[in-house]
Amino acid sequence: MTGQWFIHAAYLAVAVVFIFGLKAMASPGTARKGIVWAGYAMIAAVIVTFFWPGMQNRWLIVLGILLGGVVAWRSGKKVAMTEMPQMVAIYNGMGGGAAAAIAAVEFARGEMHGPAMLVMAVLGALIGAVAFSGSCVAWAKLAGKMKRAYRFPNQRTLNIVLGIIVGWLGLGIIVDGSPWAIAIVLFFVVALVLGVVLTAPIGGADMPVVISLLNAFTGLAVGFEGYVLQIPALIVAGIVVGASGTLLTHLMAKAMNRPIRNVLFTPLTGEAQEDAQAIEGRMQETTALDAAATMRYAAKVIVVPGYGMAVAGAQHKVWEMSQLLEEAGVSVSFAIHPVAGRMPGHMNVLLAEAGVPYDKIFDLEEINNDFAQADVALVIGANDVVNPIARTDKASPIYGMPILNVDQARNVVVVKRGQGTGYSGVENALFYKDNCRMLYGSAQEAIADVIQHVKSMEG
Amino acid sequence: MEGIVYLYVFMLAAFTGYEVISRVPVILHTPLMSGSNFIHGVVLVGGMVTLGHAETGTQMLLGFVAVVLGAANAAGGYVVTERMLGMFKAGNRKGGA
Repeated sequence: MTGQWFIHAAYLAVAVVFIFGLKAMASPGTARKGIVWAGYAMIAAVIVTFFWPGMQNRWLIVLGILLGGVVAWRSGKKVAMTEMPQMVAIYNGMGGGAAAAIAAVEFARGEMHGPAMLVMAVLGALIGAVAFSGSCVAWAKLAGKMKRAYRFPNQRTLNIVLGIIVGWLGLGIIVDGSPWAIAIVLFFVVALVLGVVLTAPIGGADMPVVISLLNAFTGLAVGFEGYVLQIPALIVAGIVVGASGTLLTHLMAKAMNRPIRNVLFTPLTGEAQEDAQAIEGRMQETTALDAAATMRYAAKVIVVPGYGMAVAGAQHKVWEMSQLLEEAGVSVSFAIHPVAGRMPGHMNVLLAEAGVPYDKIFDLEEINNDFAQADVALVIGANDVVNPIARTDKASPIYGMPILNVDQARNVVVVKRGQGTGYSGVENALFYKDNCRMLYGSAQEAIADVIQHVKSMEG
Repeated sequence: MEGIVYLYVFMLAAFTGYEVISRVPVILHTPLMSGSNFIHGVVLVGGMVTLGHAETGTQMLLGFVAVVLGAANAAGGYVVTERMLGMFKAGNRKGGA
């Protein structure tokens, strides 16, 4: 420890700042400070590490940091807000890969002593490798590079068999202590395949939960490798993320009414449709002029934005329209479903980008009773989260999911590209209701038309 | 004995993580996931120590991979989180606090 004490004191300070940073991120007012503190702490940790006793290859380390750091920094600066979830996925995968690579070096060195250390190294390697390949699949899906959900024949058996093989190889490494190189390579290959096989069959709608889970996984892997390297700061940071990520995953899964087990092992399909209730009535179309008039002369309008709006890039137009309506004396608020967008809170970020102040934005619980008093509910590019079937039809795959009670508003206007179903592939009973009107077209153009008509009604 | 002490660190860190996040409003879930993603980027430190003590070519290659990936995790996680949080601004009702 002599001569090392200042390094470890610095690591302790870094761990404390990380925790305070995370805590600051829990409130909108201090959130930005939180990430900035954590950023300085990270820089301090990196600088201090150069003074670790016996460090070699310093130039190689600098080169590696520059290479990874600059590429990621630039891609992170460029990426559009709608594509944020896949960026989080890919950065997360890199962290998992780093943890797995650290474990691989420790295996190759073969100097680990004691069963506890070997167990931690193997667990960290396994979880890190699964997080790495799983995150790559999640990224490919969200970036639209992998459109379908791939189901393997005998999916469940395949999962179990791969799990047993990787467990057996891992156990071999633990028992042997200095195993053959071929066994180590095989262990990593199977772990990587397992990550792919676990995530490939999962549908896009469940991706937020999966990313959050993989984020927690990476945290755990980092914590375990921290134990192997005997760096407590890594243990603290990794396990804090592992625990908070697990809680976050649970909150998300609860919001979607999809227990984590179901997300992983029984992906949503349209198949449950067969004995679902038939929907009566027909869809009624409306025009931008009618929609504009309905909202212009309403007292209370609630906007329900969905991912469709964000993809069309219509959030700026929607905010412009809201401001026009407010000037005309209409009260406008935004209702956000917990899983609107691709991750919980994603829609809030997208609206914030467009300039909507967050005191106009309400959660499901805050606003759901207000729909009954609203004159107009404007649904833009949202589908499953406003489907009343989730309340009534036990046979539906989305039964039980909390939804926004849009159907209780006096008038409902749905802006939608076409007549298709939502992400889950379930028909939406809302669209067939008497108080619902469909405004077809891209969100961007439809809202622009509405704005024109609202303007022409001034005075 | 030292091993047990580390297990206590594990346990306390787990409780801390749970507590810190349990009172987070939904609007911050995405930035928070991204922020915690940045924090496990500290794996970079582990990668540096590993590469700094690498002896063979294989160890150096793997250590280098760990440093590159760890640095990407940290840098990317920071930029993305900071951009997201920079967008939140208060309206009149709740103020900035």
